Amino acid sequence: MTDWVKVCPLGDIEEEDVKRFDRGERTYAVYRVAGKVYATDGLCTHEQVHLCDGLVMEHVIECPMHNGRFDIRDGRALGAPACVNLKTYPAKVEDGFVFIQAD
Amino acid sequence: MNLALPMVIVGAGHVGGRAAQALREFGWMGEILLVGGERHLPYERPPLSKALLTGERDPASCALRPREAYAAERITHIVERVVAIDAPAREIALSGGRRIGYHALLLATGGHLRRLAIPGGDLHGVLGLRTLDDAAALAPRLVPGAKILVIGGGFIGLEVAASARKRGCEVSLIEAADRLMGRAVPASISERVRSLHQDRGARLRLRTTPMEIAPLGDGRLAIAFSDGSELAASTVVVGVGIDPATELAQSASLAVNRGIAVNAELATSQPDIFAAGDVAEFPSVLSGQPICQESWHNAETQARTAARNMLGGHEAHTALPWLWSDQYDHVLQIGGEPALGSTIVTRAWGGSEIRFHLDGKGELVGVSGFGAMASMAREFKLARMLVDRRLRPRADQLSDTSVPLKSLLRAA
Repeated sequence: MTDWVKVCPLGDIEEEDVKRFDRGERTYAVYRVAGKVYATDGLCTHEQVHLCDGLVMEHVIECPMHNGRFDIRDGRALGAPACVNLKTYPAKVEDGFVFIQAD
Repeated sequence: MNLALPMVIVGAGHVGGRAAQALREFGWMGEILLVGGERHLPYERPPLSKALLTGERDPASCALRPREAYAAERITHIVERVVAIDAPAREIALSGGRRIGYHALLLATGGHLRRLAIPGGDLHGVLGLRTLDDAAALAPRLVPGAKILVIGGGFIGLEVAASARKRGCEVSLIEAADRLMGRAVPASISERVRSLHQDRGARLRLRTTPMEIAPLGDGRLAIAFSDGSELAASTVVVGVGIDPATELAQSASLAVNRGIAVNAELATSQPDIFAAGDVAEFPSVLSGQPICQESWHNAETQARTAARNMLGGHEAHTALPWLWSDQYDHVLQIGGEPALGSTIVTRAWGGSEIRFHLDGKGELVGVSGFGAMASMAREFKLARMLVDRRLRPRADQLSDTSVPLKSLLRAA
């Protein structure tokens, strides 16, 4: 079991928005939607573009490049051009801080 | 539905590949033949003028879908040219002589590069950029210090200029008009793009046309311009647009204007023959006037509409135009049809700006934007959503960067 990693204060991520989080060689996208937090791989599976510049609408993140869309709850690719699912990671809020269970 | 005859797609580009995929997705069980003259499986074109030239990506990464997908979905790729359509007999003829009947036919033949009609316009070292092979021929010429002349200040020319600068080339770009990208973008954005390229070290010259290209004997080319000046370059890249590849449709007596004329369902003037992508001239969703759209988004969306209708559907193509051009770390985007607007509202922040184009009734008909990639992407997506919904937001809110665009979408 990997450890929980502190990302940032919850207040650093706006509601229905996304923030980039880098750790070692890896980069993640951390979301806050309807009071809950979620985490996925940071790069779109279609082109290597960071999702932190994308648009979050409800539980969908849209890649800034080509409209590749993913459900942030399970990483499901929601149709062309993205056809490879996004990896997701457990995320939680504790004492006002966001944590994710990163690789 | 008669499964004995195959669905035939002419043109194995982005549209062809995506339409084949969609035909399976929508339930077609019969054969699917994807016929094209290029040896490559369908690929996406946006990287050709950018990451492929800078070496950040390789050709394999441009594939629209992995090779296995075609086998798994029984999509047959035929590398051959289609030389004729016999619409009454519902057949096509291949260059090798074979004739193939079709259940429905999709023409996704794309476009041909316009060439320079000047002396020396076809010399070795004068290149165009449309295909993977074109990009493969150009990339190795973009070595540090190489003198590159780009002819044409449209999207492709500017993207090539940016890629060549990134590779350390000396870049000159000439454009016949008095501004970059012509009427495709507002003058203020054209001006920002000009500044960006000049700041990054490209030499830009407007109101200039090439008159003649001659070999210098040492592998370089001498180019003479309309203003009497001359320049030596190792490579000339011609980016003066494409003409829709309509010859096949014309020879089969399909209605053709600039592109192959189709209705909102992408049907041509002949039964069960459809056209989509760069080659199709279709009615604008906003104005009803016939338009062509040479863009990734048009290929992506029309391929699916065409597939639906090849299967007997009656779905109208309703996606509004959208195109983008990445240059250096900046992006230029156009959504809807800015040309239909009569007033412009500007939303500017940092070095970025979005221009909202509203028609006489105050309805959003288009949006154009330019700025740093990171700050533009999501704002522009929201702007496009406002246009897609034909909203009539208040001008003072559109221009006020303290009012999030997302809130305007919600308020509607």
